[in-house]
Amino acid sequence: MSTLKTLNGNQSIAEAVRQIDPDVMAAYPITPSTAIVETIAKFKADGLIAGEFVCPESEHSAMSVCIGASSAGGRVMTATASQGLALMWEMLYIAAGLRLPIVAAIANRSLSAPINIHGDHSDTIGARDSGWIQIYSENCQEAYDNFIQAFRIGEDLKVRTPVLVGLDGFIISHSMEVIQVEDDDEVKKFIGEYKNVFPVLDTSRKMTVGPIDFTDYYFEHKRNQIEGIENAPPVIEAVGKEFGLKFGREYGFFEEYRMDDAELCIVVMSSAAGTCKDAVDELRSEGKRIGLLKPRIFRPFAHQKIAEALKKMKAIAVLDRSSSPGAFGAPLFTEVRSALYDYAERPKIVNYVYGLGGRDIKVEHFKEVGLKLEKIAETGKVEEIYGYINLRE
Amino acid sequence: MKKETWKELTIGTINLDAGNSVKNLTGTWRSGKKPQFIEENCIQCFFCWLYCPHSAIRVEGEEVKGINYDYCTGCGICSVECPPKEKAITMIKEEMKLAGGSTE
Amino acid sequence: MAKLKDLASMEDRLVAGHGMCLGCGIPLIFRIVLRATEDPLIIANATGCLEVCTTIFPRTSWNVTWVHSAFENAAATIAGVESMYKALKKKGRIPEDKKIKFLGVGGDGGTYDIGLQALSGAVERGHDIVYVCYDNNAYCNTGGQRSSATPLGASATTSPEGAQSPGKLQRRKDLTKILVAHNIPYVAQASPNRWQDLYKKAQKAFEIEGPAFLNILCLCPTEWKYDESQGIRLAQTAIDTCVWPLYEVENGKYKINYLPKEKKPVLDWVKSQGRFRHLFKEENAWVLEEYQKQVDEDWEELKKLANL
Repeated sequence: MSTLKTLNGNQSIAEAVRQIDPDVMAAYPITPSTAIVETIAKFKADGLIAGEFVCPESEHSAMSVCIGASSAGGRVMTATASQGLALMWEMLYIAAGLRLPIVAAIANRSLSAPINIHGDHSDTIGARDSGWIQIYSENCQEAYDNFIQAFRIGEDLKVRTPVLVGLDGFIISHSMEVIQVEDDDEVKKFIGEYKNVFPVLDTSRKMTVGPIDFTDYYFEHKRNQIEGIENAPPVIEAVGKEFGLKFGREYGFFEEYRMDDAELCIVVMSSAAGTCKDAVDELRSEGKRIGLLKPRIFRPFAHQKIAEALKKMKAIAVLDRSSSPGAFGAPLFTEVRSALYDYAERPKIVNYVYGLGGRDIKVEHFKEVGLKLEKIAETGKVEEIYGYINLRE
Repeated sequence: MKKETWKELTIGTINLDAGNSVKNLTGTWRSGKKPQFIEENCIQCFFCWLYCPHSAIRVEGEEVKGINYDYCTGCGICSVECPPKEKAITMIKEEMKLAGGSTE
Repeated sequence: MAKLKDLASMEDRLVAGHGMCLGCGIPLIFRIVLRATEDPLIIANATGCLEVCTTIFPRTSWNVTWVHSAFENAAATIAGVESMYKALKKKGRIPEDKKIKFLGVGGDGGTYDIGLQALSGAVERGHDIVYVCYDNNAYCNTGGQRSSATPLGASATTSPEGAQSPGKLQRRKDLTKILVAHNIPYVAQASPNRWQDLYKKAQKAFEIEGPAFLNILCLCPTEWKYDESQGIRLAQTAIDTCVWPLYEVENGKYKINYLPKEKKPVLDWVKSQGRFRHLFKEENAWVLEEYQKQVDEDWEELKKLANL
């Protein structure tokens, strides 16, 4: 039996941590993910978790502790955001290269300068090539559900890759929501026992972990690493289905909202997708054939499935909560656009950057996007392929 | 030596073959001089063993028995640190040779 | 007292075939340190000479469990391994009587400089680890760039001597003192030429519960530019001149482990090393004087701390 609890996003993650009780939790406080770390520390102080809680002197060391602990052989988690993730940067690649299934909760926040504590996806999207699986959450419930599934996905023996779960800073991390918290035992059962792969604490096997490669091996080791994340899609799908069967909330690579007969589509991730659903409802009531596609998994990117879902659209707007200065469009856009390239008849597609530094995106903004898409579909002309939403021009 | 394909490698850049660098013969680096062991002068102090950077002192049955030229790079510390007046290790000339650095 | 014959009969944890230079001081240090415990050992090694020269894939010189993740984080990495050990013991997944020792290792670049923060954090948190710094006074793996351990006046590739420079202009950082300031159970300085002293200190470091730190002088003929056969003699000069005093601080109590019969001038230390050659130019005489002054000051202070 699940219980309804009123929790914010950070508390939802912490609740999942309490239930999973990872063997080592190492994290450094940073807004807006601090409350995750504080809550875990309090759980530990109250004897509600048995794992070791380590509070290092920086995020770089937090991830280094996670890497040491994970290679030692056991379940490991951390939480951070923004500059904290940026400081971990070097170690993100190393965690992935060493194939350590560390799970990180990231309260998505903008990157300095200027310093800003509010939500956008610059931190995790910037880490998109670090080799981590990336899962994004629309609300507290999804943050909780995704965080639990992350362990199953990352620890799968064919995957063995670190996973990060994004929840929008403040918008999700600090917003209270009534969520279904599953029974401790059921969550533990769902996660299962941790399966070791070459744990260094097994000192009977004298391993050299993380040696230096010259030009004759680096490429092969990297390709070997890539295989892990490429093995993830069927696991992500199976874990999402099993989660649905067990707890009633099924997950896939993306969510489609009112897409059945849609001709126009907005592609947007995370909390903004919730707002977008209201806009879609309003536009639908005005007779527009519009739908929403909300990617949940950004890495590995489900290019074929997303292209299949979008190929019959007349016009698509991809909304990015991060920018890629100097690139031809923001990261989600370039992925979606590239995924559609192989179709002879491709939809028109445009890109809008929104919400940097926590700037609001409201129903009316999505409606404006919908109307622009309608015009593009009617005229077959794209006047502006790349633009910004709710920015003072 | 046959190099593995990416599919054959252990995941996570791990080397499970502990201590296999003994196949690297650092003795091929020697250029011009090498230590010579004179057993009758040896007082079994083990300083040569202690101070040899390349583990090139042969110890058998708890006794220093000579130099392992497979690994000796000819740095000469053993000779300098050999305590007896009549040294048990002296450096002698060696003809330069070109060779590979591996048993494979 | 340990006998070398007995130590020689122990299994090598760092074996032959590594790529360290002729006359390198690193293997001498670890020949002793790795024998100072018979318990299973896990090492986290910072990027540097030791890491690179021992693990060129598919070969490894390690006959013991060894982990490398990056340059500045050996202390944090070994802290992570130790944390998992504690967690799994508590959860009953590792037997209560299973003993493992945890060793972090870095050069002076990875310890004095880029790794100082991670080391400070790890020892402050009280992990049951030993950290060994092999201090060869520069970034020797990459061609001898200056570090904060490089002595005053030494020419390094990023503090080169030249028409307008006498080499490194700054006093070397006293890392051992910084570790003492963390109030951890055990801090010591050692040198490979005094192997009994080094062995005892390493044993103590492994035995003590909580963090222990060893700062060990490491010979580098490549970057110090001396005749590589003379390394152990040079290390003796380092302790006779008090450039590298041997001492330990156990639970806050200082003890000097080697008192030179006659303290030798710093000149004896610099004269055989090419990195100091330029100090014998007339215009650089003041640097040598200053170096001597600094060594004297440090030695006097140390003697006071040790109630001598």
